[in-house]
Amino acid sequence: MAEHKRIDEATGTSTVGHEWDGIEELNTPLPRWWLWTFYATIVWGLAYVVLYPAWPMVNRATEGVLGWSSRGDLAKEMAADAKRRAPTMNAIAATALADLPAKPELMQAAVQGGGAAFRVHCVQCHGAGGAGVKNLYPSLTDDDWLWGGDLASIEYTVTHGIRNPDHKDTRTSLMPAFGRDGILDAAQVGDVVSFVRTISRQEKASASSTRGATLFADNCAVCHGAGGEGGRQFGAPKLTDAIWLYGGDRDSLTATVNQPRNGVMPRWNNRLDPVTIKMLSAYVYSLGGGEKGLAPVGEGQGADGQP
Amino acid sequence: MDGLVTRAGGWLGLTLLALVAAALAVDAPFAVHMVIVALACFAMLWATVTRADYGAIARGIFKIPADQGVYDDDPIRWGVVATLFWGIAGMAAGLFIALQLAFPALNLNLEYTTFGRLRPLHTSAVIFAFGGNALIATSFYVVQRTCRARLAFPALARFVFWGYQLFIVLAATGYLMGVTAAKEYAEPEWYVDLWLTIVWVAYLAVFVGTIVKRREPHIYVANWFYLSFIVTIAMLHIVNNLSMPASLLGSKSYAAFAGVQDALTQWWYGHNAVGFFLTAGFLAMMYYFVPKQAERPVYSYRLSIIHFWSLIFLYIWAGPHHLHYTALPDWAQTLGMVFSVILWMPSWGGMINGLMTLNGAWDKIRTDPIIRMMVMALAFYGMSTFEGPMMSIKWVNSMSHYTDWTIGHVHSGALGWNGMITFACVYYLVPRLWGRPRLYSLRMVNWHFWLATVGIVFYAASMWVAGIMQGLMWREYGADGYLVYSFAESVAAMHPMYLIRAAGGAMYLAGFLIMIANVWATLGGKVRAEKPMTETPYNAAADRPLVPVPAE
Repeated sequence: MAEHKRIDEATGTSTVGHEWDGIEELNTPLPRWWLWTFYATIVWGLAYVVLYPAWPMVNRATEGVLGWSSRGDLAKEMAADAKRRAPTMNAIAATALADLPAKPELMQAAVQGGGAAFRVHCVQCHGAGGAGVKNLYPSLTDDDWLWGGDLASIEYTVTHGIRNPDHKDTRTSLMPAFGRDGILDAAQVGDVVSFVRTISRQEKASASSTRGATLFADNCAVCHGAGGEGGRQFGAPKLTDAIWLYGGDRDSLTATVNQPRNGVMPRWNNRLDPVTIKMLSAYVYSLGGGEKGLAPVGEGQGADGQP
Repeated sequence: MDGLVTRAGGWLGLTLLALVAAALAVDAPFAVHMVIVALACFAMLWATVTRADYGAIARGIFKIPADQGVYDDDPIRWGVVATLFWGIAGMAAGLFIALQLAFPALNLNLEYTTFGRLRPLHTSAVIFAFGGNALIATSFYVVQRTCRARLAFPALARFVFWGYQLFIVLAATGYLMGVTAAKEYAEPEWYVDLWLTIVWVAYLAVFVGTIVKRREPHIYVANWFYLSFIVTIAMLHIVNNLSMPASLLGSKSYAAFAGVQDALTQWWYGHNAVGFFLTAGFLAMMYYFVPKQAERPVYSYRLSIIHFWSLIFLYIWAGPHHLHYTALPDWAQTLGMVFSVILWMPSWGGMINGLMTLNGAWDKIRTDPIIRMMVMALAFYGMSTFEGPMMSIKWVNSMSHYTDWTIGHVHSGALGWNGMITFACVYYLVPRLWGRPRLYSLRMVNWHFWLATVGIVFYAASMWVAGIMQGLMWREYGADGYLVYSFAESVAAMHPMYLIRAAGGAMYLAGFLIMIANVWATLGGKVRAEKPMTETPYNAAADRPLVPVPAE
């Protein structure tokens, strides 16, 4: 209110003389440490904006006397790392995939690099470590392969993907929707399921499975094999073991026969370079189920993806 | 009577207009919003026709003593109640989404309860509903006392309060229905933005009008801060929300800017929402309530001037530090970082002025739980305004960016500074606004203080650990030059930290619930029999506007 300076008793400092609703203000000078720190940050700021890109001009900003730029910095770091890795990368590039396992050091480097790429690109579906996701995405750690588990087959799958509509070399097959499209009626689907559960030793043979055997031979054997041993040319899974991608119980199998998933995996040849794909293949091969000495699956696939 | 008919007719017209807009809406959320608007207009129509006396209604519910024709405190009482109400909603939502991060099943497999929709509900509820109501209520309280004048435009002040609540309801229901402009802290869509603009201009008019009719020769520092907050938020809100609606009857719009320009505008807004809403506005609260509660003069008038002007000049440039190592040009990143670092001391000026105001009254920290809260608020303010400039340094930011360190930083500021200072102000206001001898219980304030403080420590510490862990995991390269961890592995590693964070949040919420009980009992006129901790001085004779004297 009124100009009324006084000395504050507790601090010995004069007030400014104003008062609002009982609040007065002391006339304390700025704390020196505060002021000098403030000045110091300003000086530092002035130096920084001279050294680094800072002032927007008409066409471009000042570049700073150090000539630093974030893109340049990144390019430098990447170039240095590429140079460091070049001998290994070149050696992997120059080695045929099939010859990699014979060179343990190179194979080890490829598995490491493939593991890094796997953690970035593949874990979203196949899970950390390639264990898969139950009822959704296959595990890569066992020896049950849909499209082949030798190095060349894995590389083909990673390169061209599975059921990519825009890519002629992609792996493809189409299990019919037996139930949905009325190829089999509900009773027949039940019989086929009984048969499948019999050959996978989950059920004892029954009248239903006997009827199913005939239906299986007529409708399923062409891809899954006469005994349900699977067919890798079609990505048709083995039906005689305990490994089920979409579940092996009666309900799950019925759902699959009625309307199969026909799962999709992206192709990576439009995203990753051939060396990375090679390393990825080595990594997946190394997870535990890698196969040797088998004819690769996929080399003979034609324009429509069929053999 | 003519005026009544005109007003009633106007409300009826607006009600019908909103219903027509609801009927013609191109999407369901817009229709729902127009129905909400229609209901609000109809409530106004009903109030107009029955000539409902809001004061009487409010007195009936909250036992407000009859207005003695002194300061215009009704909107402030409503504002205090609204602050507490939205505080429960916002903090409970925060605890829930913290638990969602630890237990994703809590998304409940329902679109309305997913993290993506509840997160903006939490942030907007605590910042704009809890914090905003606290700012509006305290600014109306402080500007009247320090100007010794009743609020200018009392009807407009009531419009500001109710209009702001309508904004909150429209924003919150919009988030749940998936309506979003996809800008952080500016998620409401174009029509809600327009409504807030109208409310905000009315707020500015009431505030400036009251300053203009002041009976004091000078404008108190708290009012500078409030004014800078109101003016700057208006500017930020309008520029960042410039957009073109896809349909005038739909809830979708497209931003006026694109790409990195849009990103820079957004973070110019986003950072200054922190700077002017959560810093300048709450410093204004501090500048009135700390000296009042401590009954001490403000430490340094000179410091208040220098730190006010340097703070508001520097803050507005600091936004680009949210976009380090992005497509934003290097020069803008440099400036964002440099201004942020220079901002350190101007920010600390407020802390120094607040803390040192206790010179000669330090003993009150031992005896007065409200002062204790204010001191803790200022301590957290100082800590987060040091942490912020540090995190804006590119070298630090390259590790801290996108991690939960940022979340920890925000919450040490929001829970520690904004929350604590708001609690302290509400504890100061409640007995005085409702004419009670003191709060129901000061020991419950003490309980609130400790629960909140320990809660913040759990929260901030767990997020520091989590953020640094994330930052280090994401950049961990093996000897072969390849990343060691997948992103999902860093997510899995966060689980224990998320649990500790949720525990901290639960403690903070528990403290707030104690406050609700305490305030509720105080409004009910109860006084708990307990050993006194501190006085609640109140001089009714001094707490009134100066009577205008006609010029001779």
